[in-house]
Amino acid sequence: MNDRPAVAIAGLTKRFKTGVTALSGIELEVQPREFVSLIGPSGCGKSTLLRIIGDLIEPTSGTVEVNGKPAHRARLDHDYGIVFQEAVLYDWRTVAKNIALPLELLRWSREKRAARVKELVTLVELEGFEDNHPWQLSGGMQQRVSIARALSFDPALLLMDEPFGALDEMTRERLNLELLRIWDASGSTIVFVTHSIPEAVFLSTRVVVMSARPGRVAGIVEVDLPQPRTARTREEPRFFELVTEVRERLVAGGADIATAEAEGVT
Amino acid sequence: MASIAMEQPGRARLGEAARGAKRVGLVLAGLTVFWGLWEAYRWFGESVGITWPFRVDATNMPHIHDMLNALTKPLQPGGPPLIQQEWHWALFTGKEALLGFALGGVIGFGIAVLLAHSRILRRGLLPYVVVSQTVPILAIAPMVVVGLGTKGVKPWVAVSVIAAFLTFFPVAMNTLRGLLSPDPRSLELMRSYAADRRSVLWKLRLPASLPFVFSALKISATVSVVGAIIGETPASIQDGLGGAIVNFNQYYSTGPERLWATNIVCAALGLAFFGAVVLAERLILRRAPEHVA
Repeated sequence: MNDRPAVAIAGLTKRFKTGVTALSGIELEVQPREFVSLIGPSGCGKSTLLRIIGDLIEPTSGTVEVNGKPAHRARLDHDYGIVFQEAVLYDWRTVAKNIALPLELLRWSREKRAARVKELVTLVELEGFEDNHPWQLSGGMQQRVSIARALSFDPALLLMDEPFGALDEMTRERLNLELLRIWDASGSTIVFVTHSIPEAVFLSTRVVVMSARPGRVAGIVEVDLPQPRTARTREEPRFFELVTEVRERLVAGGADIATAEAEGVT
Repeated sequence: MASIAMEQPGRARLGEAARGAKRVGLVLAGLTVFWGLWEAYRWFGESVGITWPFRVDATNMPHIHDMLNALTKPLQPGGPPLIQQEWHWALFTGKEALLGFALGGVIGFGIAVLLAHSRILRRGLLPYVVVSQTVPILAIAPMVVVGLGTKGVKPWVAVSVIAAFLTFFPVAMNTLRGLLSPDPRSLELMRSYAADRRSVLWKLRLPASLPFVFSALKISATVSVVGAIIGETPASIQDGLGGAIVNFNQYYSTGPERLWATNIVCAALGLAFFGAVVLAERLILRRAPEHVA
């Protein structure tokens, strides 16, 4: 892409019909090739914000631009791929056919689809499982299929909504490393929602800390850890400093860490 | 890598054969138990003199072996054995039922697709779909046969229409439920791809609805046979099982076994329809074991 921001959000507010204000006065720019995490306590509207970027729900006021276009136009142009907390694979399709689903919708030819699926299966390291059905895979493998599907049509932007939230710690750490490798290989921009502080710090180039009720941007932490990140990154003093900084911002933003930890923010 | 269900093909095939044999064995055991209960009740009822809810005697409860024996004897002296005639009746009724099943399936499916796409239609049309099933089939069957007859429709086709009237309903209801079954995330995924309604229907709603559709078709399979039999009776169609039932009813006191034998043939026809749907489901649906009924 060019030097237009991958995501530009201005004056964004979201009020639900119930009267709850989920997001208020959100201003945020994400540059191409960035890896930005949204973190905050439960109910801070981070998933809502991600869905608004993806034009899955509409903001009450404010503007969202993706690649210099209104979010709605960007969705119609297939400018982003999305990964949810659950893999959301279609049971009746094999791994290969799940990955090819967006390509079928884009009317790619059978040969082009097959070639692309082969690349992606290699990228997410699922060789040999192409013909398996989702229910034959572990949670981690299912999520990798979901990531491959989101990357299949090579979108400039990848939206990820707590993609590893339902996985165990070991799987999550391995997939974190894999995601960074995929991010590097695919050249895409990633907006990543999480409620894990170490995960946000480990993955991101910037961490957007949000406060709850209404959801606002409480602060942005630049993550200056060297690239590429490795398993050892988690052991560096700078990593812990940044984790502490994000935690303090969360507290300053009104997050009750004691409660938040009980709710799963770690 | 994580856990994955990998069965060795050889062992799987052996297991399948063993499971099949076990299933056949269970069916045979069930039939034997039923036979035993029937005959035991008959014997006990006759010796004690049970009269409630019906008098137990040779007329009301013929021996099962007498029913089967009746199939081997000709109806008229010198004629073919009853089983041969039953076969022709079953083919005739089967033809009516098959057309009724197909008509009902297609119409029910079409109604479901239509209703799935419009909340307003669901609100407005669904009550009438339900009301249609409260109409007594015996009351409208003669009208359908006579009415369609004046338009040049053959009586057996009219009977199919009656069968279809009964079969479209479970298909419409279950398919509708199936089409509306995808969870919000699956739909959101389609929205993220900017998929149009037709794609959502073909790639998501229809495949998701198939287990529901097959559940409905299993119901419709047997209902279509019953519908065809019932459709024949008020229309005085003599070529099928319904006509035979009316006929044997009139001579019940002198030959109850023949009616019972015909009932067995009706049941066999219904089972054949059911079995065909189960087979089709096996071939078409390949998914998680818990999703296959």
